[in-house]
Amino acid sequence: MAAFTEGGRSLASGAVCPAPRNDQERVQLGHGSGGKMSARLLEERFLPRFGNRHLSPLGDGAVVPVSGEEIVISTDSFVVSPLEFPGGNIGHLAVHGTVNDLAMMGADPTYLSAGFILEEGLSFEVLDRILDAMTEAADAAGVAVVTGDTKVVDRGKADGMFINTTGVGMLHAGFRPNPQGVCPGDAVVVSGPIGRHGMAIMAVREGFAFDAEIRSDSANLAPVVAALRRDLGGAVHCLRDATRGGLASALNEIASASGVGMELEDGRVPVPEPVAGACEMLGLDPLYVANEGVLVAMVAAEVAQKAVDILRNHPVAAEAAVIGTVVESHPGMVVLLTGVGGTRVVDTLPGDQLPRIC
Amino acid sequence: MKYLTEYRDPKLARTLVRRIQAVATRRWTLMEVCGGQTHTIVRQGINEVLSDVVEMIHGPGCPVCVTPLEQIDRALHLAGREDVIFTSFGDMLRVPGSECDLFQVRARGGDVRIVYSPLDAVELARRNPDREVVFFAVGFETTAPANAMAVWRARELGVDNFSVLVSHVTVPPAMTAILDAPDNRVQGFLAAGHVCTIMGWTEYEPLASRYRVPIVVTGFEPLDILEGIWMTVRQLEEGRHEVENQYVRSVRREGNTPAQELVEGVFQVVDRGWRGIGVIPSSGLGLRPEFAAQDAEKKFALDGIRAAEPAACLAGDVLRGRIKPFECPAFGRQCTPERPLGAPMVSTEGACAAYHNFGRFRQEAAAGGD
Repeated sequence: MAAFTEGGRSLASGAVCPAPRNDQERVQLGHGSGGKMSARLLEERFLPRFGNRHLSPLGDGAVVPVSGEEIVISTDSFVVSPLEFPGGNIGHLAVHGTVNDLAMMGADPTYLSAGFILEEGLSFEVLDRILDAMTEAADAAGVAVVTGDTKVVDRGKADGMFINTTGVGMLHAGFRPNPQGVCPGDAVVVSGPIGRHGMAIMAVREGFAFDAEIRSDSANLAPVVAALRRDLGGAVHCLRDATRGGLASALNEIASASGVGMELEDGRVPVPEPVAGACEMLGLDPLYVANEGVLVAMVAAEVAQKAVDILRNHPVAAEAAVIGTVVESHPGMVVLLTGVGGTRVVDTLPGDQLPRIC
Repeated sequence: MKYLTEYRDPKLARTLVRRIQAVATRRWTLMEVCGGQTHTIVRQGINEVLSDVVEMIHGPGCPVCVTPLEQIDRALHLAGREDVIFTSFGDMLRVPGSECDLFQVRARGGDVRIVYSPLDAVELARRNPDREVVFFAVGFETTAPANAMAVWRARELGVDNFSVLVSHVTVPPAMTAILDAPDNRVQGFLAAGHVCTIMGWTEYEPLASRYRVPIVVTGFEPLDILEGIWMTVRQLEEGRHEVENQYVRSVRREGNTPAQELVEGVFQVVDRGWRGIGVIPSSGLGLRPEFAAQDAEKKFALDGIRAAEPAACLAGDVLRGRIKPFECPAFGRQCTPERPLGAPMVSTEGACAAYHNFGRFRQEAAAGGD
């Protein structure tokens, strides 16, 4: 290889690289992406210490026995910036996020705790709007905020506010959607158009003005899950909300946990036009953009159409669609059949999705 | 958004695939020059669909992939300085330097920001007069006009805390280097539509006739690529070697002359190192001497920063189509998408990362009895 390589001298002898060789020494933003870096963070640092039979399946929540009953507990922290965005605010997210996690485990959400970290200087006007949104969302979901905590930190130590919510939900006999229930032949159903939350946030954060405003899809999915449970019961094999890391990451998680492969059909995944356009412009893939009101369900093939019909009865899932199939081949891997007739592996990203130059 | 659906129509795409298969009497080896085209080819599985009649070699047209290690190390050095806000297009952040990447510098406190336009970086400099703002000006002729505009604008506005770390490269010298290589296998090129939107295609005419190689200026949508392949294969079958334009909705023969003038006013042709390939004479753009004040290399005296590429990484051979990614001894072992040695393993469309994913899929499918 040419003069360039041979003529160079090692960086070690010249300038100093400001970071050390060992990239595990510090937390990077990518560790919070929901991609491979997040998974490694859990595997290498958290699970070895905390791992137990309730935690280790890494579902959306944990099923734990309490006095002979089994309940589901789930927790989530919300650090979105900006706090308010088209389609909602951090208050809506803090309720919907945890309620949805409980619902994906098959539980009826009942109680929430809420912890608030407030930044010095946050206006009461904004705070009130966020608390109102939480109350409204909690009432609509039929959950009560039964315990909470507030802390205030110095200006600059939090992005306005951070919220943590923990939820408790009750299980129904015979309804335990989970990755182990997924079988080859199952239909993969998505409840609605993808990419809206992530692109809504990005548009506000970066000051982009697209032709049509993109609104966050933040929504309570528990009623949708309840309807699936009532009408289809055990034919619903697994549920997951496609939040951080988008639909692609959710499907990869399930494929790995279930030891099955998945085949998606390009063109079947509903992507709203403004989201598709914005992603195209920025060099992003909507499959990896976050949602806050979209679930993906693996259901028995024979009830696939029925599942879509049930979902479509609900405004938050009016555009539900079958997008693919669970297959025996290529376990742990999600593959997209393209319009041209080719295939493409839809892998988990290492970290956050990066806008492309070209 | 009409373009998104119109140029992705699956029925038309399959018709074009059949047309290519019908016209080809043998298997041809083509190179798509631009990373954006590689992106479409890999995402749509076009190489797979056409594998019986066409071998696609992913060319050196991905700016992330060809930016030399030395410039990455210089970027890392600048990003680590307390007085600097380092700005870059997003996908440069994960490109490995000798010892780390920009994300890691950021985790250690470096102020590294993703921008979508170099003009945003100028604005950032204007709002932060007490900091130095550096923009990482990489890319081909396509990004050069906007970067030239940023440099020019910063000088006009008297924003003297703005500078650019330049690593611009140009397409025709790289194509010449590929064609001059004794072991060259490329028989036809899809030239990069967006580069030609700026530069036109007159530069390619002498290449086509001297090397007797068809060159088709091609767009980026699936139908564009398929039509470009069809036009190239048809030329090869008919024994022609001309420059043709598939991307008629965007490209004229003379290109965008005001943009060319802007680029020429700010940049001059220089020798440039390409990651994995080495120095190609007259293959890059550097700032003209009158813009020395906006040149980060001079402003921060970066000459002393030199770098040697990891010997195990054969990215250069991959970029030139000499070897397939899986023929590199480091492939999938020392070098994976999570811990890349070379840039083609960084982005999902990089030739190595694409093969890494796809090869894994094929193996698993075979093991699953598919």
